Amino acid sequence: MRRFNRLNQLWQLTAALFREIIREPGVLFWGILFPILMSLGLGIAFTKKADVTRKVAVIASDFNVSGRDSGSVLISFLEKNCEKNNSTDGDEWKWKLTLKDDKLGNSIFMFHMMEWQKAMMMLKRGTINVVLTDKEGHTEYHFDPMNSDAQLTYLKLNPLIGSGKVVETASAEYVRPLTVTGTRYIDFLVPGLITMGVMMSSMWGISYGIIEKRSKKLLRRLVATPMRKSHFLVALITVRITMNFIESLVLFVFSLFAFDMVIQGDISALILLFLAGNIAFAGLAVFVSSHTSNTEVGNGLINFVVMPMMVLSGIFFSYHNFPDWSLPVIQKLPLTILTDGIRSIFNEGAGYNEVTIPILILTATGVFFFTLGLKIFKWN
Amino acid sequence: MSFDPVIEVKNVWKSFKTVKAVKGVNITIPKGQFVALLGPNGAGKTTLVEMIEGIQKPDNGEITIMGKRWKGNEDELHRIIGISLQETRFIDKLRVSETLMMFASFFNMGKKRVEEIMNIVGLEEKRRSYVVNLSGGQRQRLALGISLINNPSILLLDEPTTGLDPNARREIWEILHSLKKDSDTSMILTTHYMEEAENLCDYIIIMDHGVVLKEGTMNYLLGDDRSGKIKTLDDLFVSLTGRTINETV
Repeated sequence: MRRFNRLNQLWQLTAALFREIIREPGVLFWGILFPILMSLGLGIAFTKKADVTRKVAVIASDFNVSGRDSGSVLISFLEKNCEKNNSTDGDEWKWKLTLKDDKLGNSIFMFHMMEWQKAMMMLKRGTINVVLTDKEGHTEYHFDPMNSDAQLTYLKLNPLIGSGKVVETASAEYVRPLTVTGTRYIDFLVPGLITMGVMMSSMWGISYGIIEKRSKKLLRRLVATPMRKSHFLVALITVRITMNFIESLVLFVFSLFAFDMVIQGDISALILLFLAGNIAFAGLAVFVSSHTSNTEVGNGLINFVVMPMMVLSGIFFSYHNFPDWSLPVIQKLPLTILTDGIRSIFNEGAGYNEVTIPILILTATGVFFFTLGLKIFKWN
Repeated sequence: MSFDPVIEVKNVWKSFKTVKAVKGVNITIPKGQFVALLGPNGAGKTTLVEMIEGIQKPDNGEITIMGKRWKGNEDELHRIIGISLQETRFIDKLRVSETLMMFASFFNMGKKRVEEIMNIVGLEEKRRSYVVNLSGGQRQRLALGISLINNPSILLLDEPTTGLDPNARREIWEILHSLKKDSDTSMILTTHYMEEAENLCDYIIIMDHGVVLKEGTMNYLLGDDRSGKIKTLDDLFVSLTGRTINETV
């Protein structure tokens, strides 16, 4: 009977906290719909062969009005090979060059005639990133060498303007765009979105939930009853893991239909790793929220934990772009461990051999921080 | 009313950093008595009640409830005490019946008790309403209902009617009058409303700056004056402190 009463307590608490979440309309959007929209947006943006359009400034003072018979290689090229716009509107493009490419997507260059001063202003605003001038018949490229987009524009235009020869990459048979499942950007992105969702949902759902209930004196009221304190935390974590599971499942099912994603590795290992990740972040969440009753302080504490991991753990782009010295640190972050593990199961066919250690590390992290958090937990 | 003490507070002190909130307070509450802790904001009423509730620990002194200290007896004491804290907010998107059901489960009670409580505090028609949609008075009645859910031997109410309009306040009073008539529950109620103390309680303890200024029944408190100038609790408070509580119903 006593055991039944305890289970009933736990059930009532879990049901109450679950109702609190699902009755909030925002949860449906931010928890379920938003990750789908994000995967859809980024997935389409990075998987579709979109045309790349770049604006390029051509300095007007370097040429005569018509541009013809100027002896300029640049102007001769533009006049001969580009579509011309006869509009007198200074803001419109004067020449347009389209490099067709069925495999990689078209590259479109819009050449705008302008003064140097205006070109510098547009450069500062990021509207353009390459400025072309003519010096004694030779074309000069002005751009920031640290700007990779400017470099790409230069690399594409340089072979054309000068020789006057248009190289159509569409005909290059040696170009083989990768479309194999597991190698696309969406295959990289979706596991990252799932793990980021676990982290954000756990940290905000559990930590903020606890801090808010403490600030509303609800925790104080609850512990003034015979309620077991552990039941409250178990209920809170159970509800959050259930919500995380539902949100991740919906995102995966959507990716399955929208992007033909597949899980190439061991599904049971994936579930265990997912649970271990939830335990890690639930433990961290309890630790972070163990003391403060101020929601502003809580915001700061949660951001202090989630922001570095969101930036460093390779959710949207590979963390290998960071300096080599930082990689050993980044690879030890809980979100990196979880994301790398889940990606390896999704895309590389990994199983228990590859993810047992990450599962153990994440579980130990969660248990460690949960225990530490409980020791200093302030109920009043 | 029996004279067996249910609550004994002996020489209790409590400080927060540099503020001495409670300074050597002694109180004895017999079974079935309704006691008002009357005083302005900052008098130490809430701190004293929270120490009796077991939420705060005294720096010095001893508190016993039914002869038992809090340490080691938390579960047993929580089962016989009903509490309504100052400004507690419950889960917004939980219905009234669900909120009561959750608290009932902590005391191993079920739907039957939840129905009784909704009847006692007059929230039957609001059973399906979310807590967030209740008026201030209804929320306070819910808080009172939750404090009564375990048929408490001791009821501790911290400013249960603060911020309520006169009608909502009287509804709470009616519930407490019924409780007094139908049970032998002892109650400590903190308030800064003179009328509330007069109306509900058998015994009044006037506090200010962490100390008990005067205590006794209404007759004793007002009859003790030989000057004839003290006719109300307001008059008494002014004579004791030189100022008014500045709160009236």
